[in-house]
Amino acid sequence: MNSTTVRNLLVRGMLAGLVAGALVWVVAYLLAEPLVDEAIAFEETQEAHGHAEQDLVSRALQSTVGLGTGVLVYGVAFGGIAALAYCFALGRIGRFGPRATALLLAGAGLLAVYVVPFLKYPANPPAVGDPDTLNQRTALFFLMVALSVLLAVGAVILGKRLAPRLGNWNATLAAIASFVLVVGLAYAFLPSFTNEVPEGFSASLLWRYRVATLAIQATMWTAFGLVFGLLAERLLAPRTAAAVGASGAESQATPVTH
Amino acid sequence: MAQSALQSTAAPTAVPEKLPIGAIAPWAVFFGVLMLVLLYFVGAEQGATSLVSGEGVHEWVHDARHLLGFPCH
Repeated sequence: MNSTTVRNLLVRGMLAGLVAGALVWVVAYLLAEPLVDEAIAFEETQEAHGHAEQDLVSRALQSTVGLGTGVLVYGVAFGGIAALAYCFALGRIGRFGPRATALLLAGAGLLAVYVVPFLKYPANPPAVGDPDTLNQRTALFFLMVALSVLLAVGAVILGKRLAPRLGNWNATLAAIASFVLVVGLAYAFLPSFTNEVPEGFSASLLWRYRVATLAIQATMWTAFGLVFGLLAERLLAPRTAAAVGASGAESQATPVTH
Repeated sequence: MAQSALQSTAAPTAVPEKLPIGAIAPWAVFFGVLMLVLLYFVGAEQGATSLVSGEGVHEWVHDARHLLGFPCH
């Protein structure tokens, strides 16, 4: 029964992730693809000396079907992971119902998976970023995501432990403060790559590009939280309602038998 | 009377049942790993590391990789 619930939530999480991915596809195509094209146009002026290399995948495919493949797989993958995290969070993070838990989890996902790593290692458009540091940047980006997610989980557990002693409000503040402190230490001690914007690259384009990537993530996690919350509520509501109904019937039955 | 009044105030804030950790763990381990493999292919394959030879995967998901914040090249 409980294992079935986990499976059902997982399937719904991946479906909600697919829906969120489809929405991201539209937003990314309309909002961000023009910026990618601008960056590639700059990149081509830098490489203008001679070699007209044949692209393996055309720009027309990359910016449509290629983009779609990537964001849909990303949506489904994070939908699945978030649904599994939801199974752990449900009923354990405070007095929140199925929908509120889903939206809170999505908000935490946006922060821990994207915003916190982004503030240290922001997204780069084509032409920005030194190919020689790619290995290091990739490793550190994944490390930062993993660290941020683990610290967020740790902060939730810490908050729950402190709640009986400090009360909910102060325990939450203490948990957030310790998260910010450790993330700040990671920001301070991990290497940065701040000198990789080529000479002449538009600062305005870089800013708009990075804000667009934030919009993409906000779209994905918000859509996921709302759709998954709805699906989870529908799946779990009959059970909660039945439990309430049963206890209600019991308390009504008691005076009658008396 | 007092009992039923208590019941009606408690009912709307019903907290959902916890799912036992033992029931979640097998799903979390298997699907967690599977999802991470998917993310690896979107985010890093044929960039810093390469399991499949060539540039096909990298070029195909190129725009998504850039726009989802992964270091690309």
